[in-house]
Amino acid sequence: MTRLATGGLIDRMQPRRFTFDGRGYQGYAGDTLASALLANGLRLVGRSFKYHRPRGIWGLGSEEPNALVELRAGGRQEPNTRATTAELFEGLVAHSQNRWPSLRFDVMAVNGLFGPLLSAGFYYKTFMWPSSFWEKVYEPLIRRAAGLGRAATAPDPDRYERMHAHCDVLVVGAGPAGLAAALAAARSGARVILAEEDFALGGRLLADRQEINGAPALDWVAWVLAELQNLPEVTLLPRTTVFGAFDHGTYGAVQRVADHLPEPPPDMPRQRGWTIVAKRVVLAAGAVERPIAFPGNDRPGVMSAAAVRGYIHRYGALPGRHAVVFTAGDDGLRTATALRDAGAEVTVVDPRPEAPAMPGMRVVAGARVVGTRGRLGLSAVQLDSGERIAADVLAVAGGWNPTLHLSAHQGGRPVWDAAQAAFLPGTPPPGMVVAGAAAGRFTLAACLADGAAAGLQAARDAGHDGRPLDLPQAEDEPAGLRALYHVPGRKAFVDFQHDVTVDDIALAAREGFRSVEHAKRYTTLGMATDQGRTANVVGLAILAEATGRGIAETGTTMFRPPYTPVTIGALAGAQTGRDFRPVRRTPLHAWSARHGASFVDSGAWQRAEWYARPGETGWRDSVDREVLQVRRAAGFCDVSTLGKIEVVGPDAAALLDFVYANTMSTLKPGRIRYGIMLREDGFVLDDGTCARLAKDRFFVTTTTANAARVMQHLEYAHQVLRPELDVAILSVTEAWAQIALAGPQARDVLAQVTQADVSNAALPHMACLDAAFVGGLRGRLYRISFSGELAYEIGVPPEAAEALADRLLAAGAVPYGTEALGVLRIEKGHAGGGELNGQTTAGDLGLGRMLSTTKDFIGRALAQRPALVDPARPVLVGLRGAGLRTGAHLLAPGAAAVTENDLGHVTAACWSPNLQQTIGLALLAEGRDRIGTRIRVFDALRGHDGEAEVAAPVFIDPEGTRTRG
Amino acid sequence: MRIPCPFCGERDAAEFLTIGSAPPPRPAADAPMAAWHDYVHLRDNPAGLHAELWQHIHGCRQWLRVMRDTRTHVVAGAEACRR
Ligand SMILES: [Zn+2]
Repeated sequence: MTRLATGGLIDRMQPRRFTFDGRGYQGYAGDTLASALLANGLRLVGRSFKYHRPRGIWGLGSEEPNALVELRAGGRQEPNTRATTAELFEGLVAHSQNRWPSLRFDVMAVNGLFGPLLSAGFYYKTFMWPSSFWEKVYEPLIRRAAGLGRAATAPDPDRYERMHAHCDVLVVGAGPAGLAAALAAARSGARVILAEEDFALGGRLLADRQEINGAPALDWVAWVLAELQNLPEVTLLPRTTVFGAFDHGTYGAVQRVADHLPEPPPDMPRQRGWTIVAKRVVLAAGAVERPIAFPGNDRPGVMSAAAVRGYIHRYGALPGRHAVVFTAGDDGLRTATALRDAGAEVTVVDPRPEAPAMPGMRVVAGARVVGTRGRLGLSAVQLDSGERIAADVLAVAGGWNPTLHLSAHQGGRPVWDAAQAAFLPGTPPPGMVVAGAAAGRFTLAACLADGAAAGLQAARDAGHDGRPLDLPQAEDEPAGLRALYHVPGRKAFVDFQHDVTVDDIALAAREGFRSVEHAKRYTTLGMATDQGRTANVVGLAILAEATGRGIAETGTTMFRPPYTPVTIGALAGAQTGRDFRPVRRTPLHAWSARHGASFVDSGAWQRAEWYARPGETGWRDSVDREVLQVRRAAGFCDVSTLGKIEVVGPDAAALLDFVYANTMSTLKPGRIRYGIMLREDGFVLDDGTCARLAKDRFFVTTTTANAARVMQHLEYAHQVLRPELDVAILSVTEAWAQIALAGPQARDVLAQVTQADVSNAALPHMACLDAAFVGGLRGRLYRISFSGELAYEIGVPPEAAEALADRLLAAGAVPYGTEALGVLRIEKGHAGGGELNGQTTAGDLGLGRMLSTTKDFIGRALAQRPALVDPARPVLVGLRGAGLRTGAHLLAPGAAAVTENDLGHVTAACWSPNLQQTIGLALLAEGRDRIGTRIRVFDALRGHDGEAEVAAPVFIDPEGTRTRG
Repeated sequence: MRIPCPFCGERDAAEFLTIGSAPPPRPAADAPMAAWHDYVHLRDNPAGLHAELWQHIHGCRQWLRVMRDTRTHVVAGAEACRR
């Protein structure tokens, strides 16, 4: 055990048991998995990606490149989880990754012996070999050898949420700068959101031992949080990572609501994805210590120096008793002090000849670490003087990298500051200011002052004024630093997670990959799940050196969201499975379900496809019965999904003349006209009916599929093209339940349900009227026909739909579904979805004569293009023949089945119970001339090759006498 | 992205539909075919300030003419097509 007897922010009264690779251990509430592993003396926690080298814990937070584990099991199994951010909970189960058969003995570690084969660019070089060799030999081998954790194979059992929020000031990071910024902004009355990825607020104050106003800094943190929690306009979001800065002050964040619990309670989502729109943002994300590349720097026990003192101070966990601190500056000396005070024996290795003496420890000035020893963990450190020092922990302090990622997500390039040996934020997105260590102001006093000023200014910019904070007293720690990125030698790792070494980067430079973006892709530096947060600056420095340029000249790669990995669940929220989008149900949905309907998805709608009756053995039985019933007696169909639009106003007729290809202004009130609309490019947009309810009031119907598009089209035609017209357009689709009633007995049925006069004289074909229905309902009657029978559409308020359906049933009509509707329309040759496919002209559909020649309308000009009036275009015809299926292609009999011989395709097909044969509709080149001939029907997808007879598209009652009867 | 609707205020782009570049004025009914071809098929594609048409479909349903910089996404302004 390396747990200290006292100290740290853990609760020793609350033990937490957990397992790692099947063995039981114990930690405490307040631990992370990483701190608990260290406190149990475990240094080896994983194997590296390519070479399967033993790896331990490097860092303290989300920057961790090494200690990736599989967390939990079953549907909750979570690969590549950073042990440094996983909060310990009772019963936590974790496994190491990328090792076989065990972590301590991994046969794939022989990859390390073949290191040169897997060096920079090996993917690209291997691809140069014969591709079959790659597919059969290399890829399976690499897939088995390289890789990270395994994803869960069971469905995720947890719930996720999405949240949208607006604020005046979003503060990212709750370290000293972030807390000061939030307090300054909140006191002005601004609406503040403070987001912190850690579960505890305080940032580095949790990991360092510092004083504010002469007292422990954590007292100040507690005091600030107490005030913030009492301000009604402040939202504190711990466990929340702001992962992306998007356009116009929009930020993405993910809140780990229940990741710290064994499983989420029933009322709690696992995670919550936030979209935050902020007027101003203070980025106070701190900084991350970078490594120094030297041979053997990846051995378990080699750690970030800032992390080492964090484990001591925050978790009471001592990573080693024989410590070497390799520091390029004063910051590492604080770790040396922390180690000494915790009882470790400490040697400081400092490349600065002027390195200060430190009480209670040995300081080797002007020296460097050039190697490490130890099989599965560190046992000794090798210095350039030749001296070897026995050690179980090597704390490395290479300087700090500001966490400026969000400042660069909108393209602002970081700027190299040679004095501080760090990239600083360039031009942040509008509305953002960077404060504290993220802006390169590393001392505690500077962070507090910077944060307070930034928070107040942000609040003022967002329209709230306040007084400056009384700045708390704190020190400016010494921050001397000698820029030191690497020490010569082999197997010096830069990117721990992707196993990229100094040699790999040098090789890339020799092979001509001088651009930082090219070198990144060639070596995969910074492309692992940690996105190179510890590796990138070291890698750039080495590339700069290898190409004889400065770091500023070499530049950085682009920063893009997300800052840390985001689960798909948090992005999807509740919109999964059936809830992916809203389901639309008609007012008759429940009624139809009670009467045996099964339903089919039609866009977002669910429509009754047929109504099964007892004794019917399959869907065809039901559909054939429904079709015959309509042709022989009467049936009714729920057509509420049709788009319905009211066009109202003095210029309503003028607008409709403009959007319809045919003329509507000549329509008399109380009459209906079939119409087609074209797109401006001359192709058909949609068809439907237009009823004139009054001189200045029209009722337009659209197909179900195009309802939204036609509405937008009408609004565009009005607002953009004809803004001078005085007209209003309103979608009333959901205001009406619409029922089609069809069949030779339709009028008799109708007479039983309405008090209106429905005689042929009072309500002739293509007429409409307001009607009262039995039971006191009011609605409208439209005499129109889609089936070719004597038919009506009845519109009633949605709440009256079931009563109307009951009365129609009692009067002798039967319900029919969309399948029967489809058969009826194919028998009648009406265009439907298969024909209104966006590539057909009015002429193709046999409707060419509807195009007005006496007025301007949308699509008029380009409908005259030569290719659109070419007589050889495929046109609508009927087909009769066994085996017809939608999508089959049409060829001249005997012609080879090649694209050049293609004459068209089948757009709709069905069994016609009236004709007792399979019929279809098709778009066929020179189709009218081919009526009466035979055509080859070729369907390579479903393996059909047969013949059909070409026919006129109207199979039933071509004269239309039934409709008018 | 945020679109400043003159009727509803600044709203998330997810509430809008866009057809991209704002078309030129619609030709007169008797314009030659070439003019119609340009009107329907040719659009500006500048790197910089760009006039676009957006409809606030999940709001006031008004078509808006939005001036947007294609390089920075900065929206210089939005006005209703029909005022
Ligand atoms: Zn609006």
